[in-house]
Amino acid sequence: MKAKRILAIVLALALVLALAACSSTGSGSDTDKKDDGGSTAAGGSVYWLNFKPELDETLQSLAAKYTEEKGVDVKVVTAASGTYSQTLTSEMDKSNPPTLFVIGNQQGVKDWKDYAIDLKDTAIANELNTDAYNLYDDTGKLVSIGYCYECYGIIANPDLIEKAGHTMDEIKDFAGLKAVAEDIHARAAELGFDAFSSSDMDDSSSWRFTGHMANLEYFYEERDAGGWTECPPSLTGKYMENFKNLYDLCINNSLTDPKDLATGGHDAENEFKTGKAAFFVNGSWEYAAVSADVPNATMIPYYCGVDGEEKAGLNCGTENCWAVNAKVSEADQQATIDFMVWLVTDADASAAMVEQLGIMPYKGAVESTNGFLNDAAKYTADGCYVMDWATNYQPNVDEYRAALVSALNAYNADQSDANWENVKTAFVDGWATQYAAANAS
Amino acid sequence: MDTNTKDIETVEVETNETETVETETVEAEAVDVKPKNLKKPKKLSSHGGVSKKSLRRWGILFLGPVTAAFIIGFVWPFIQGIYLSFCSFRTTSDAQLLPFKGESLFKNYEKAVTDPSFLHSFWYTALFAVVSLVLINVLAFMVAYALTQGIKGSNLFRTVFFMPNLIGGIVLGYIWSMIFDGILSYYGTSILMETQYGFWGLIILMCWQQIGYMMIIYIAGLQAVPEDMLEAAKIDGATKTQTLFRVIIPNVMPSVTICTFLSLTNGFKLFDQNLALTGGLPFIIQPDGSSIKTTEMLALNIYNTFYGSNAAAQGTAQAKAVLFFILVAGLGLLQLAYTRKKEVQQ
Repeated sequence: MKAKRILAIVLALALVLALAACSSTGSGSDTDKKDDGGSTAAGGSVYWLNFKPELDETLQSLAAKYTEEKGVDVKVVTAASGTYSQTLTSEMDKSNPPTLFVIGNQQGVKDWKDYAIDLKDTAIANELNTDAYNLYDDTGKLVSIGYCYECYGIIANPDLIEKAGHTMDEIKDFAGLKAVAEDIHARAAELGFDAFSSSDMDDSSSWRFTGHMANLEYFYEERDAGGWTECPPSLTGKYMENFKNLYDLCINNSLTDPKDLATGGHDAENEFKTGKAAFFVNGSWEYAAVSADVPNATMIPYYCGVDGEEKAGLNCGTENCWAVNAKVSEADQQATIDFMVWLVTDADASAAMVEQLGIMPYKGAVESTNGFLNDAAKYTADGCYVMDWATNYQPNVDEYRAALVSALNAYNADQSDANWENVKTAFVDGWATQYAAANAS
Repeated sequence: MDTNTKDIETVEVETNETETVETETVEAEAVDVKPKNLKKPKKLSSHGGVSKKSLRRWGILFLGPVTAAFIIGFVWPFIQGIYLSFCSFRTTSDAQLLPFKGESLFKNYEKAVTDPSFLHSFWYTALFAVVSLVLINVLAFMVAYALTQGIKGSNLFRTVFFMPNLIGGIVLGYIWSMIFDGILSYYGTSILMETQYGFWGLIILMCWQQIGYMMIIYIAGLQAVPEDMLEAAKIDGATKTQTLFRVIIPNVMPSVTICTFLSLTNGFKLFDQNLALTGGLPFIIQPDGSSIKTTEMLALNIYNTFYGSNAAAQGTAQAKAVLFFILVAGLGLLQLAYTRKKEVQQ
């Protein structure tokens, strides 16, 4: 009897505690809501669902600063790396959805255009100094605007190349790059460093090839077609040989046996930084990490054996484009645009942003200190063509790239013609298949 | 005052559960706890009526939180999930019900069942579930049997065997992919290169993780086998094997039921380990450019459909999820019904 009674009391206490806990969290969220409501009435609040984890720290401090200066609530949440679309999908469903989010490519425009306001002639659009990084939907609505841009290509260490008895001037096309890379690889043991750093195919690295290097194929196709304005339903694969040229050079003249690339685990950045490799396929965002150890690091274009490529420049573009949520109150939209304008015009704020992002295409933003972006500007000044990011058109991008990774894995392990055919199928026919899947109703 | 009456009511509920013969003593006890200024002593002597009423009245209060949590956390999402499988949607709050006319309402289901990747992952998952079911249960039973034979340090062994179960699936997947690749790289390959490696890798991982857990359940079952039966078998001259198959196993059938149910449904629902170990690689690139992810199981297939394709595919993913539920629930129930029949009543 007694034991039973004690048990009953304990259970009752547990229940009371649980209820108390529920009610206290309940009241907590109530007050939260009240706060939100208050500030909305006062002129809106900002909720930025950020897409770049490396930017998070800067944004949190800028958000706090803005709140302090202007009294407007700014919340910044950063989606974990590689989960932006998942996070955005669930956040958009909530009663306080993000007011500011990222639509970075044509796929994103297709998926999210109904959730974005037309930014044409807004205060923030008027601050832009170029239209090059903006994304429009098929009705001509300005869905999202670039807040930074980046460039990618092959990062080179001129000191190592000179140590091997070559100069950067030799590398003006694919033949030059190949001669230098193969010579370095052949003498790797003697020199103490190799040509290319590892080109791992795991998730943390495969995008450098399936997203970036693949761009050379898309770009030249796009150029032949006179520019793409929307995703083409299929590819011709005309420049696959050029992609193969550069890809083969990369995997076969490297520190790592191509057979070992599938699971990754080689730190390519570190290999380049510590002087173990002279070339590193990556982009301008690496400048901060690389320039400390390799101050002379420079970026060269994807030379791949296309006619006239001496005039090639770097791959410039962006996936960092702001969109303002159409499904929040006008006060929130206005507060968000005000915040965006502050980010690109306020001297301190834009300096902090530029330090992280490299460059911002806005009139009022401070100038870039990123060596690779300056390289890109130099190529353009020398009359070279910019290879724009045709890669942004990849249909069903995750699925498409995953198939490409699988095919490249098989090719890396055994560089047979049959395996290359599979890569081609995934690359060219995969595009058409994914295009059809993405556009099915 | 209120609390006092409640106290008494609680006592009465208890007395109801005990034999009525004991009424007197119970009453005495109830009087013991009765506060001196109690005004309604009559209530005490009236058994049944009042307490049942109070049970009915307060029962809902006590059931309430659990019911609410169950409805909010399970029933409602489940109903909404079924509804969404008939919708076209990007975010769940602006889902559009498909038009009612003809087949178009079932368009998502039609797409789900005609999707070759879904069918592939179904057969792959079924094969995986069967193989892992057999291996996990046979091995777990063997370990449990060995550890109930009075070996020295069997408590230590039990703890050690159980521990893998405490590690999360994603972490396990990545750890094991490193282990497998550490070995396979000597042969110039990787777990991501061959479907078979991915399959057996996942089997090894799941065995390693699950055997300890099933072992605990089997040990409990083995310890509950009546001593007198074992003794009788011994006296009758049964061999060890005969005792095992004729006496012990029929007696641990309830544990077998639970363990096979758990490992079957675990096998079908597997997600984290699958995602982390191979993520579906390698693919077979079809001549038309589509690809089949050879090591992708059902749950991962649904996830990839939901997030990987276009807006229209989210309804398809939802339809797949409903089919998936029916499949797992149906198989689980069938298997329960089957093994239940084999249980012996003691």
